[in-house]
Formats: sequence, structure tokens, C-alpha cells
Amino acid sequence: MSWLSDTLTSTIGRKLVMSLTGLFLIIFLVVHLAGNFQLLADDGGLAFNAYAKFMTSNPIIKTTSYGLYAFILIHIIMSIALVRKNKAARPVGYSEVKGSANSSFSSRNMGILGFIIFVFLVIHLRNFWYEMHWGAIQMDDAGNKDLYKVVSAAFSEWWYVAIYVLCMVGLAFHLSHGFSSAFQTLGVNHSKYTPFIKKLGIAYAILIPFAFALIPIIMFLNS
Amino acid sequence: MNLESKIPEGPLSEKWTNHKFNVKLVNPANKRKYDIIVVGTGLAGASAAASLAELGYNVKSFCFQDSPRRAHSIAAQGGINAAKNYQNDGDSVFRLFYDTIKGGDYRSREANVYRLAQVSVNIIDQCVAQGVPFAREYGGLLANRSFGGAQVSRTFYARGQTGQQLLLGAYSALSRQIANGKVELFPRTEMLDLVMVDGKAKGIVARNLVTGKIESHSAHAVVLATGGYGNVFYLSTNAMGSNVTAAWRAHKKGALMANPCYTQIHPTCIPVSGDHQSKLTLMSESLRNDGRVWVPATKELAEKIRKKEIHPNDLSEDERDYYLERKYPAFGNLVPRDVASRNAKYVCDEGRGVNETGKAVYLDFRDAIKRDGEDTIASKYGNLFDMYKQITGENPYAQPMKIYPAVHYTMGGLWVDYNLKTNIDGLYATGESNFSDHGANRLGASALMQGLADGYFVIPYTIGNYLAGEKYEKVDTDHEAFKAAEKEVKDNIDKLLSIKGSKSVDHYHKELGKIMWDYCGMSRTGEGLKKAKELIKDLKVDFWKNVKVLGSNEEFNSSLEKASRVSDFLELGELMVDDALHREESCGGHFREEHQTPEGEAKRNDEDFAYVAAWEYTGPEKPETLHKEQLIFENVKLTQRSYK
Amino acid sequence: MKFKLKIWRQKNNQDKGGFKTYDLDGVSSDMSFLEMIDVLNEQLIDKDEDPVHFDHDCREGICGMCSMYINGEPHGPLRGVTTCQLHMRSFSDGETITIEPWRAKAFPVIKDLAVDRSAFDRVIQAGGYISVNTGGTPDANEIPIPKTVADEAFDSATCIGCGACVAACKNASAMLFVSAKISQLSMLPQGQVERDERAEKMVAQMDAEGFGACTNTGACSAECPKGIDLSNIARMNREYLGAKLSSGK
Repeated sequence: MSWLSDTLTSTIGRKLVMSLTGLFLIIFLVVHLAGNFQLLADDGGLAFNAYAKFMTSNPIIKTTSYGLYAFILIHIIMSIALVRKNKAARPVGYSEVKGSANSSFSSRNMGILGFIIFVFLVIHLRNFWYEMHWGAIQMDDAGNKDLYKVVSAAFSEWWYVAIYVLCMVGLAFHLSHGFSSAFQTLGVNHSKYTPFIKKLGIAYAILIPFAFALIPIIMFLNS
Repeated sequence: MNLESKIPEGPLSEKWTNHKFNVKLVNPANKRKYDIIVVGTGLAGASAAASLAELGYNVKSFCFQDSPRRAHSIAAQGGINAAKNYQNDGDSVFRLFYDTIKGGDYRSREANVYRLAQVSVNIIDQCVAQGVPFAREYGGLLANRSFGGAQVSRTFYARGQTGQQLLLGAYSALSRQIANGKVELFPRTEMLDLVMVDGKAKGIVARNLVTGKIESHSAHAVVLATGGYGNVFYLSTNAMGSNVTAAWRAHKKGALMANPCYTQIHPTCIPVSGDHQSKLTLMSESLRNDGRVWVPATKELAEKIRKKEIHPNDLSEDERDYYLERKYPAFGNLVPRDVASRNAKYVCDEGRGVNETGKAVYLDFRDAIKRDGEDTIASKYGNLFDMYKQITGENPYAQPMKIYPAVHYTMGGLWVDYNLKTNIDGLYATGESNFSDHGANRLGASALMQGLADGYFVIPYTIGNYLAGEKYEKVDTDHEAFKAAEKEVKDNIDKLLSIKGSKSVDHYHKELGKIMWDYCGMSRTGEGLKKAKELIKDLKVDFWKNVKVLGSNEEFNSSLEKASRVSDFLELGELMVDDALHREESCGGHFREEHQTPEGEAKRNDEDFAYVAAWEYTGPEKPETLHKEQLIFENVKLTQRSYK
Repeated sequence: MKFKLKIWRQKNNQDKGGFKTYDLDGVSSDMSFLEMIDVLNEQLIDKDEDPVHFDHDCREGICGMCSMYINGEPHGPLRGVTTCQLHMRSFSDGETITIEPWRAKAFPVIKDLAVDRSAFDRVIQAGGYISVNTGGTPDANEIPIPKTVADEAFDSATCIGCGACVAACKNASAMLFVSAKISQLSMLPQGQVERDERAEKMVAQMDAEGFGACTNTGACSAECPKGIDLSNIARMNREYLGAKLSSGK
């Protein structure tokens, strides 16, 4: 299998891994968002808690979620490897760089944007995911863990909402480049389709993080 | 000295075929026992190095640039001729041969030119197989255009970047052989001397331009593919680094320099804008297919234009003089380069030139845009128009371009026989560095053809004929001849560095260029040439007294590189003047005002001057000795060139 | 015109190097950027100072030798031109101009602004060719190529190998250069035979030279004096991954 390790450690291979894991995470975002919308249901969190229960106990979902963790890790580890390689490719830098003249802000700062998302992920997982699995959570009326309560408690703090929203802005920028970039890396670049992919990417990068950010804002206002 | 051209026996059309059969072959297994040095990596050098390596020879390839791909062949724009007759318009090997001989004003060898026309068809096949993206028709077949005075469409092209694409093809073939281990590449390395052992070329001494190290390289044969010497004029369309040094040092070791005064002045270059100018930019001659050349009909109008009181677009038809169409109704704007250039000079000398310096004529696309639409013109010449706009800041779609002739190509060069061998055994010269195929004037789209013909299809055959008689043992670089050459090179460098004078190398180069342009340029007189000779002599003395070369040899030192090249240009300049002075006739790129027809056209003297003037170096400050190779024309009738 | 020039000076590869500032007066707006440096150099020589070394040759935008990083961009502020085609009219009088060499591990500085780009040659040597020997090739018209394909291959073939893509890329990636050659040859029928092997070998060499990876910022294409399109990189990715997945080795 040396050809496979050769391929996956080449610059293009590494980019391929970034692209594929990135696309998976892009799809995951939609699923996650769909679940989040249940936070807005006017039922004291029953639907959301049932959903959370389902997500943590259904064997298929569980298996998928291990894949998800792995992909997030691979995406992060590979990006670190790439950043190191890329830094090494230019040991002496320029004194003046006019990056804005030739490229977009997001494309030049994917690492930093990714890091913001990573920090968010740590907070996010600690507060919700960890609590859901191992925290001391009360039960709701339906007998499910009342994750809704945990969430709404967090979203009643203005600073928490602010962090959340800011991180979603970071996600938006990350996606605004990452979406179409993933296709480019896969070799999908065609004068007929690329303009559409680019527009779709921008739309996605705006709508999804916006919707994510909207939920805590509404919950904060309602709290 | 007897100059043997070694032209094979037999009818013209069979000479090359017969010769290929008659030359001695080197056994395939023995080819690896021979080393060949190829200096230069342009079309002629890269193609030769690659082809020789493919045959099995060990090749060492040298270039002064950082990569073989930079060689100045890359800048050729227009195209490459080949007698394919794909257009069914009556082209043939004989017609290409005839046009080239006639275009060269009957000062080239019939046999060489015929061979050139013959192998031209193979070149296109070779390049297409390499992946050179020539222009194509919608049916997928190759497109052609008519070019530079040809009455048939035989020019293959790749937009305005034909030279680039052909060179990258040759470079890819060379790269493949480097990867195969058959070619060893020495970039940023400049040949500074030829090493001779027992009268045969056995190697070179070169300077590593980064470290300054003087290195000897031994081989069984040396091929010089070092390009032309147009930079003797300082301002030319050549690259900044283009130089005569390798050829000149070989000349000083005994190789004859042939027809050095034959220089081609290209009619369509962007005019000089000021004293700071470091080089001139050529606009492809293909522009003359659609552009019309004109100047204002009177001096007064021209003056107003120069003062920007009136705009060229405002001049009526009567106020414009389309002088080429007027004087040469049959060829019009497509007359050969020398005719177009000289006429531009004439109208400017009459005071009808159009830019601030008075040294420019218009090349107008107004009518072509009206006829074909701006899109069509843009698709044909878009990149040239963009380049023009970039350099001048003027928009050629909206107002006529300004052009003026500039030195572009040198037909003269090292004397070679039919085998492309110089008079020194084991020393070959290919491409622009030899004098071989273009006579006194080169036709458009023929330089690329010759470079590749020599490298791909001639030298691989002819060099074997020599090597087959050579021993396998190589001369060791410890041999006294190498040591002596190294010492000479080092001494010369030390001398340049020790002068520590007050004037920069560029100062001398510019001065020399001005002398050459004024007296040995488009139009020459006996009196002017004599004056030029004195001026160059004085300049040379001053150079060796007052030139300032900073730094040391043991570093990357661009001043030192230039100084060494300019010192050779100074000597070459003098020989060019001698050659121009002795040639009491006008032919092709050599126009002596004393020798013109009543209509002002070049007047040849076939009786006395139908020969190749090959000059032999006899020592420092000594006049060179002239040897003549009589040109024999058996297949074409010498006629006065007429493009009326 | 008048300029303050902040130029990177470095005696040789071992030297640490640093910026030096020069004032230059009497510059004409018609001068090319390199002619402006020529004027500076003449003045330096006059003062017995080592002139600024820089690579340049054809000065008509095609040889790819000139290579200056000017005010934060390779080949300066103008699009679609090399430094030699950049004219001083593109700058404003009195401006400070910062001039640096290309910066990449694979392009070590030789002196001042001149760098060693032989890594590019080695990438081409790894497979940027069609393996045909001289002679014995079929008639040129035996291989019809649709005009659109030929034109597209030509667009890729116009690369001049200057290295601006590497210089512009924040990762010093050479993918635009490498992909232009891979694209040209993969599109043409002549290039099919070695298509897979070529992509694998050239990418391997590119990596071995120490160039960075692509982040698809598009800086390379934006700064490319010949406007080589980013779609070349996508094609290279396809070629490379396709070759890796399907080739026999």
C-alpha cells in the first residue's frame, strides 16, 4: 500500500484529505443545524431532548459520529501538517506583502479561522456534548436528559452568545473559501460549473452560520 | 588558407541525401565514448544537445542564463517557415529555397539553403510530436500565414509566441536527456575560451557566473550555438545578455568570421523613447499583413504632429504618404525587411518622421479594423497590441502605432562548411552564430527554421563524420593547452578588474553602439566607415585605460560579465567596419550609399563580390586577413531584387 | 520623477542580507522598472558601490528571467506583465518602492535580487516532455487536434517559468507552474501516452524540491504575468489523483 501512503503524504494528497473531510463537515453542519432548530420549538425543550437522546443512542448515528470525530481530527491534524510544510517552504518571509491585491482574506487565513473554530469546538463540546454524555443532567418530562436546560442556561449569558456569534462569523469566513476550495482541490473546475459552485459556497457560508447564530440570539432575547 | 565548403557532388536536390549516405557513421555502441560540448541552449543549441544525446553521445550543455529555457530564441514572435504546401498555394522545397536565396540577395550557398528548405518539413513534424501547440484551423489541421514578403502561406505559428513554443519544445527534449543522464547541464556558466590541441578543438574554458570559478571542460567536439552579435549596437532587439564572446574567442583561436557586416535591421520595432533605453522591442512583422505604413505627406505636417498640434487620425488620405504601397505596388507593406527599414530611414531623414525624436513612422490599423472589425484584429494581434500599449502608453486600436527599425539579427557569423564545421577541426557552429544560410538578408520566419534545422537534422549527421575518425581518449583538462587557456582567461579578467578607471562598462557599450548605428547601420558610406574605424580604435584604447569594473572575480559580478563581453564587441565592431568597408557593393542588409540604383535600391556587384568574406584573426591590433569563398550559383539566376 | 528605493542587498547565499535605502532622482516615466534600476546602478558604480544584482535578459516579457518582488507583489502592481514590462508611469512621484527577491526555500538567493530557480528545471526534467526522439515522427497533419483543445493547451503553454506564482503564494507553492505543463501535455493527443507517469513524477519532484501546498488562494494566477488560470491546478489534481488510483504501480 505504499502508493496510498505516497499519495496521502504528497501535497496534493494532503489537500485531498482536507477537501474530503471538509466536505463531510460541511454536510454535517446542515444536520447539526436541523437539530438545533428544535431549540426554537415552543415545548420547553421536549423535542430537542428527544432528538439529543436519539443522536446519542441510535447505533447508526453513533457509528457515524465516531467517523465525524475522526474527520474533525484528521482535518485538524492534516491542516497542522500542511501549515508546517507551507511555513517551511518559505523560511525567510517578505517585509511587505500585499495579499489583498491578489487573494481573498479568508483564503489567506484559513488556518487562523480554523483555529477559531477549533477553540469554539472545545468550548462547545465541553458545555454541551460533554454534559450530555457524562454531566449531571436532570431528566425532562419525557424522561430524556434535559439538555435543553443546559443550552438555554448558556444562551442566557450575553457573553456566551457573543462568543458563539463571533465564532459563527469565523465559520462563515472559513466556509466562504473552504466550500469552493474543496471542489477545486478535487479537480472540479470548469467554466460551466465553477461560477455556480462559487456562488453556492458563498450562499452556504452566509446562510448556515447565520442560522446557527440566530438560534442563541433568539434564545437570549427570549430568556 | 583554402576554404573548402565541402558541398557534396550531384544535383542540388540530391546533395543532402547523397551526403547523408556518404558520411561516416559512429557505431551505436561507440557513441557513448564521445563527449560533445554544446554552448548555448537556444533553438540551435538545445535541439543539437538533445538530438546528439538521443543518439548516444555524452553532451555537456552550457548557457549563461539561469535556465536553458531563457535563451533568446524564446522572443521570436512571428513564425517558422516550412515547405509543407499544406495550403495548396504552390509552395515547394524549391520555392522556399529560391525565396531564401533571393531574399538573401544571392550571398548564400545554394546547397546549404536547399538543405534548409528540405529539412524544414521535418521540423514541423518534430515539433508537433513534441507537443508544440501550433495554431490550428477549425478542422484540427495546422494553420499557416503568409509572412515577411513571401507570396505563399508557409509560415507555421503559435500566436505571437512561436519562438517561445519552439524553444520550450527543444528545452523539453533537452530536459528529457538531462533526466536520462545523457546531458550534463551547466547553467549560469559562460564560455570564455576555446581549447585547441594539435589544431583541433578539444574543449572550452568557462566561468561559473555565480562563484567566478574558471573551469575547463574537455570533449571530442565543440558546438557553438551562441546566437548573434546584434548587441554590438547596444540597442537591439537582442536580450541583454546576448553576446559574441564565445564565437569571438573561437575566432581569436583561428575560426574564421564570415560576413560580419551583414546585419538585419527589423522594420517594426517600438521607437526609442530616451537616453535611458536599454533595449528595443520588436513588434512581429506579421503586423504588416494588416497594418499600413505611412508618414505625413509633407515635412510641415510631420512637424505639427511632432509638436502634437495635430493628431494623426485627423490627417486626410491626401495628407498621408503610404510610401511602401506607393513605391512597391506589388509587395506594398510586405516588402522584405531591409527594404522596409531603409525606406523608413529615408522618410525620417526627409524630416517626415513622427515621434518627438523624429525617428518613427506610423503603422496604421484603422482600415483593417474598419474592414475586419476590432475583434478580428484583436484575435490576430491582441498580445502585440497589449505589449505596445504597455510600453508606450498609447492605444494602437485608437491611433496608429509608431514604429522604427532596430537591429534584430546578424546574418554574419563563424564561417562553416556544408557540415557546419568551422575551419577548425572539431569546432562546429549552428544557428545564428554561423553565417550559413541567410546570405546578406534573412527572410522572416527563417531564423527559427535554421536554428532547428541545424540542431535537429544537420549536426547529428555531420558531426559523426568527424568523430568517426577521432580516438576515444579525451584530452585531460590538466593538459598544458587547458592550463594555458585558463591562464589567459584569468589574466584577461584580472586585467579588467585592475584598471579601476572612471567610466562604467555601459558607457563604453553605449558609445560603441552609437558609432555602429551611425556608421555601420542601415546605410553605410566609405567615408563614414573609415571614421567609425578610428572612433572604435580610440574607444578601445580608452576602454582598456578607463573602464571601471568593481568587485572581484570570485563572486556573482554582473559588471565583470558585461566588461568581458563589451571588450569583445569592441574588437568585433572594428572587424564589422572593415568588412563593410571592403564590400564595395550593396546587398541585403549591407547598404552602401555609393552603390545604389538610380531609384535608390541596393546595387549588387556580382562580378566582384559574389563571395563569402571570411576573416582570419592574426593577432592583437593587427589587420585581419580576408579569405574568399566564391559563391557558385548553378540553379538560380542572379537578378536584381525587385519588389516593385 | 523621484523615488526612495528600499532594496534587499545580500552579498551571497551565506550572507544574512538586509535592506538598504537609496534615493533616486531624474527618473523618466517612460523608463521600464529595470531601466530605473540600471540608472541606480550607474550611480552606484560611480560611487564605487557594488551595483544591485538582479536577473534579467530579454526585457520584453517572455524569457521569464526577471524576478523582483515589488511593493508586496511579484512583478509589481500591474497585472499581466513582468518586471521588465512594468514602467515607471505605474508609480507615483516620490513613492517609496520596496524591492525584494523571490522568497522560497526552493529558490535560494544567489545575490541581492537574483535567486536560483533551477528547481523548476528539475521539475520539468522529471517528466515535462513528450518522449520522442528526433526524426521518425509522423506528418504534422496526421494528428488533427480540435482548435478549442489546441487553444486551451496553448493557454497553459504560455507559462514563462518566472516563478511569480511561487513568489506570490503564501505557501511558496509551485502548483501553478507545474500544473501548466501537466495540463498542456495532458490535453494534447501527443501527451496521452505518458500522461499518468508524467503527473506522478512531476508532482513528486515538486514536493521533493520543498515547495508548499496549494491553499487555492488564487494569488498565483492573479499575479501570473501570462494569466495562467487556476483551472490548471484543478486539472493537475485530477491527473495526479487519477494516475495514483489507476496506474499499474
